[in-house]
Amino acid sequence: MTSEAKKPNELTIVEAARALRARDFTVRDLYDACIAAAQAKNPELNAYLELFEADDAAIEVAQKRIDTEAEKAPMLCGIPLAIKDNILVEGHLASAASKMLENYTATYDATVITKLKNEGALFIGRTNMDEFAMGSSTEHSAFGSTKNPHDVTRVPGGSSGGSAAAVAANIALAALGTDTGGSVRQPAAHCGLVGFKPTYGAVSRNGLIAMGSSLDQAAPLTKSVADSKILFEAMKGNDPMDATSIPAGFEFPKSSSKKDITSTKLRIGVPYHLLESGIDQDLRAQFDAALNNLKEAGHEVVDVSLPTSSYALAVYYVIMPAEVSTNLARLDGIRYGLAKRGATLLDDYVESRTEGFGPETKRRILLGTFVLSSGYIDAYYRKADAARVVLLKEYEAAFENVDVIAFPTTPSPAFKFGEKTNDPVSMYLEDIFTVTANLTGMPAISVPMGTVMREEKSLPVGIHFTAPRGADDLLFTVAALVTSEKL
Amino acid sequence: MATPEDVKKLADLARISVPESELEAFATEFDAILKYVGQLEELKVTKGEPLLPYTNVFRADEHPHEPGAYTKKIVEQFPAREGDLLSVKQIITHD
Repeated sequence: MTSEAKKPNELTIVEAARALRARDFTVRDLYDACIAAAQAKNPELNAYLELFEADDAAIEVAQKRIDTEAEKAPMLCGIPLAIKDNILVEGHLASAASKMLENYTATYDATVITKLKNEGALFIGRTNMDEFAMGSSTEHSAFGSTKNPHDVTRVPGGSSGGSAAAVAANIALAALGTDTGGSVRQPAAHCGLVGFKPTYGAVSRNGLIAMGSSLDQAAPLTKSVADSKILFEAMKGNDPMDATSIPAGFEFPKSSSKKDITSTKLRIGVPYHLLESGIDQDLRAQFDAALNNLKEAGHEVVDVSLPTSSYALAVYYVIMPAEVSTNLARLDGIRYGLAKRGATLLDDYVESRTEGFGPETKRRILLGTFVLSSGYIDAYYRKADAARVVLLKEYEAAFENVDVIAFPTTPSPAFKFGEKTNDPVSMYLEDIFTVTANLTGMPAISVPMGTVMREEKSLPVGIHFTAPRGADDLLFTVAALVTSEKL
Repeated sequence: MATPEDVKKLADLARISVPESELEAFATEFDAILKYVGQLEELKVTKGEPLLPYTNVFRADEHPHEPGAYTKKIVEQFPAREGDLLSVKQIITHD
């Protein structure tokens, strides 16, 4: 389909930026097209928790920049984006899809929002998510689940499910999510999008509602690899407001045999030992076909061994709840958020937290409290913390011989509502492939690799690539090979 | 095996109240999760390996913002206030 045949809201960022400069339509037309599509589709999908009032001043400024700066205007100028409900936009509600913060108005812009505003980007609304970003289906939202536009009887994935559904349904050109264990890559795979998690510290966490502070990254959900790169370029950079932000000019140690990343022939490592069971056969066939295409294009696919990876999910389900229970301790009904009042100050805390948090949030807070409690901290938390280094070293050793590591993003396509809600462990297994990148800080990307049929519906599936820390750009190069894009 | 009493104790520590009727369900789920996480026991991790290189990062104590620049916005989020002060329960008694 050519871009002429598409409606403005159906375009990629690159296509829309070109059309804005060619005067095919105005910034206002583009914004209105997204809003009209959102008003038509959102009642069914529940991708947005709120559509913002149009910011007329911002729309006007963006149009003026395009008129006067033309090609020099930033690519994101005038582009309507959807923002996950755990990223602060000053003056707007930011609830993290929780009753706890249902009426919380952001008092400042997240650094990523400031950066996007500087580029002239526009914000359509805030998107649904699993409460405090805990979940893989958006079913843990306090405000109802989001539906997958490819099949509304299925989940869009999560936790950034609202952002993914909004982009897949063409009610935003692109979206921001956050990725703590796969929360952008897994919904990207389930909705047929590109989801990219940057190297930890590449993008500021300032103004994100914290879940697991050593794991969280803001991350783009887009229709193309080129769009993903544009958003990453706009968002990245050192931020004094985030102590874990990578200092300007810092270079991660390179593997000794590392080739120049501009090398046209890539070596792709596949940990076949992790793929022996648990993966749907047709999904595996799509994965093998995607690798075959890369081989036919002259790239090399080799087997790599990552023995500790089979423990990654267990490590994650110690580290993450520990950080969750710590981060969410600040929500006590005193300074902001839901405030219930009981007989004593302790009652104030307990009643606010009990009413404010949903079941999955409570489950993870309790689990985190357990793994950090005296008597268990060595066996669980400290052991898991040490295992992160083992995982990182194992990957770094593998990167001595390969440029990137590939596996399917998820073992199965999008699942049905309710299928995993009564079995936390089966829900957690959704993240089995994606968590390692968060535990080690490495960048990773999920790219559509085709579809599989379920009940006569064609469902997208994703291929996942991991690169060494700091090699974010290499992932765009590899991902563009899969989507046949020219970057 | 996690017992309802264990869950109750953790909930107390976490300042959350879990109704008696739900303690059993939480304990069952907890067991399933801990069984999965228990795989870590088999994992050999060398003692004394350095962890990921975390260091404290401090910002220079300079360039404060204008006093009161954020006061109004923050105060608006207070559940209860007296003027610009956050109002909380009395925690010290005089008797």
